[in-house]
Amino acid sequence: MKRIALLGMPNTGKSTLFNRLTGSSARVANWAGVTVDLSSAKILLGGHIAEMVDLPGIYDLHGFSDDEKVVRHLLEGHPIDLLAIVVNATQIERQLPLVLQVRSLGLPAVLLLNMADEAKRNGVEVDCARLAAHLGMPVVLLSAKYGLGQVEAMRVLAQALADASDVGPARRAQLQAVLSDDVRIEQETAAMMAEAVTLPLQLPEQVSDRIDRLALHPWLGLPLFFLAMLLLFQAVFWIGGPLQQGLTWLFDQLRQLALEPVAAQLPDFFHGLLLDGVYAGFVTVAAFVPLIVLFFFFMALVEDSGYLARAAFLTDALMAKLGLDGRSFVMVLMGFGCNVPAVMGTRMMRARPLRLLSMLVIPLSLCSARLQVFLFIVSAIFAPMQAPWVIFGFYLASFLTMIVTALLFRGRFKSSEPFVVELPPWRVPTLRQVAMRGWLEVRHFLSRATRFIVLGVIAIWLLTNLPLGAAPGSTDTLAGQLGTLFVPVLAPIGIDEKLAIALMFGFVAKEVMIGAFAVIYGMSGDALSQEFARSMDWVQAVSFMLFTLIYTPCISTIATIKTESKSAAFATLAVLWPLALAWLTSFVFYQGMRQILA
Amino acid sequence: MLHMKSKNHLLSELIPGQEALISAVHADEALHHRLAALGFRIGNRIQLMRRGRWAGPLHVRLGATDVMLRQTEADLISVSPQ
Ligand SMILES: Nc1nc2c(ncn2[C@@H]2O[C@H](COP(=O)(O)OP(=O)(O)OP(=O)(O)O)[C@@H](O)[C@H]2O)c(=O)[nH]1
Ligand SMILES: [Mg+2]
Repeated sequence: MKRIALLGMPNTGKSTLFNRLTGSSARVANWAGVTVDLSSAKILLGGHIAEMVDLPGIYDLHGFSDDEKVVRHLLEGHPIDLLAIVVNATQIERQLPLVLQVRSLGLPAVLLLNMADEAKRNGVEVDCARLAAHLGMPVVLLSAKYGLGQVEAMRVLAQALADASDVGPARRAQLQAVLSDDVRIEQETAAMMAEAVTLPLQLPEQVSDRIDRLALHPWLGLPLFFLAMLLLFQAVFWIGGPLQQGLTWLFDQLRQLALEPVAAQLPDFFHGLLLDGVYAGFVTVAAFVPLIVLFFFFMALVEDSGYLARAAFLTDALMAKLGLDGRSFVMVLMGFGCNVPAVMGTRMMRARPLRLLSMLVIPLSLCSARLQVFLFIVSAIFAPMQAPWVIFGFYLASFLTMIVTALLFRGRFKSSEPFVVELPPWRVPTLRQVAMRGWLEVRHFLSRATRFIVLGVIAIWLLTNLPLGAAPGSTDTLAGQLGTLFVPVLAPIGIDEKLAIALMFGFVAKEVMIGAFAVIYGMSGDALSQEFARSMDWVQAVSFMLFTLIYTPCISTIATIKTESKSAAFATLAVLWPLALAWLTSFVFYQGMRQILA
Repeated sequence: MLHMKSKNHLLSELIPGQEALISAVHADEALHHRLAALGFRIGNRIQLMRRGRWAGPLHVRLGATDVMLRQTEADLISVSPQ
């Protein structure tokens, strides 16, 4: 099977094009450096199946950051039959040199001038035929986002692929030779620009500039940003809360009306395992799916608009005081969705200390899995009026723990990484993009659900019901004995042995914790919430949530930290430090509140 | 006041809205490549759009590309104001 690689500078729309051509759902955002790893998919071109590879963006073929290395290794080590070079047509003058660098690799190549819509709006005109003649490769003008020129691009790619003769692996040495090519490349760029491209003398005043005047305003910029975030989380809560409650009710009805009658014939043990274990645990978590989808809809709006890059601008000065930079802040924001891609996103940083410090901080951001746990507990314990504010308080707490961590560790992870980052124009997110993101999260949830949640819930049910004679959930059961082990450590922070079991499983994946509550208390739906409210006061609840927020990253995050840092010692630190911080925070809060309220 | 009119300034000395031509880039190799790829090449026109608060980053425009960079990096770039 022949292989096509999509190559180009960051944020030129490679992943958008990849998604459009192959029907995949690679991550897209208006921020340079979203894709950090290879992903590939099949594509039907001119009657043949080919493989298309989406690459991280590169500024240079001889770049030095980890994501650029990924690309270089691919070019050096794998047979590529065709390079599709993606360029932002508006920025063609700046990006042409990369095209020439790539051309000198000697591989068959096609130039795809993306963002035709923006180029037109900016008055940039490209004579594709002339450019093609000069470059010696086909050139197509298209818009990956809106689908313009897609058919033509497919036709040209198919043709080029059919024409591509076997180049063999002889090209590697040429990569090095490219290094000394800079001067010639500059001259050739100038010649081509003069011949085939018309640039406006002055870019027209853009809507984007007007938005920036407000969004990057010296005084209003930061407050506006946090206001936008506050609105986002409130919206998730106000729209998502009722959805979650409705779904819980539905699952309850399903159990009463359909499952109970059927399962009544089963022996007690299996009846319990299936209904009180698997079903109750799973649906308690599943009821949060609409809320999480909603959350990611909003995240997609923020990511695809260009606000992330503005956030980097607004916070860089403050982040510098913490030994981090504006990009770390963006990764923390992405971490509010899921910590794993955020940790991987640190690849665009070259200085290792900066990367490590960012990786230590990112897992403290309140990810969507933890949000589910908090929403569950908060709506059980607090009045509906207070609830959104409590949740917002936890986001602040999340920031605070990051600040403390960075301040404590910035001395050990000192770096002087240059901060030079693109600020892309504001872009209107499309429904297609946002919907795709939501769908992606549903899929992600389902795969986690089958892997972790069901297994975790079964394990918890067994632990809370074995050995066979013991009263379920009592201290005679395995879970009871395990939980008792933790009592000396957890009692001072107000956490009982039942919640200790939930915490043990939350280590695997935080969503499992809600499923665990259902199984441990042997209830679901409203009954579970009421039991929860009865068994603890608000101080205990907040202490438990603080501990849950901080105590350790989930297994997937730890594994990612280990691979990204290539250091078991660092991964250990990334587990132990939050554990210590969590205990201390909860201890201070719990004991302090007990003193104050006594 | 003669020295004020000297041709070479640092990028970090421009005032918001001011335009200049890049006259030199004094970065190490890795940063030099990155800067070049973003459009920081000798002779290119550059405009300072704004500065971040609390000595935050500079927002500059090079042709159709907007870039933010810290004061430290902006000190590596010499310009001649237009
Ligand atoms: N106006 C316009 N925007 C586009 C077009 N194609 C992509 N975009 C937007 O450009 C931004 C970047 O798109 P991505 O597909 O993530 O870019 P990428 O090249 O994969 O970026 P990296 O993975 O960071 O290298 C997103 O906000 C897209 O919605 C287009 O044809 N027109
Ligand atoms: Mg991408």
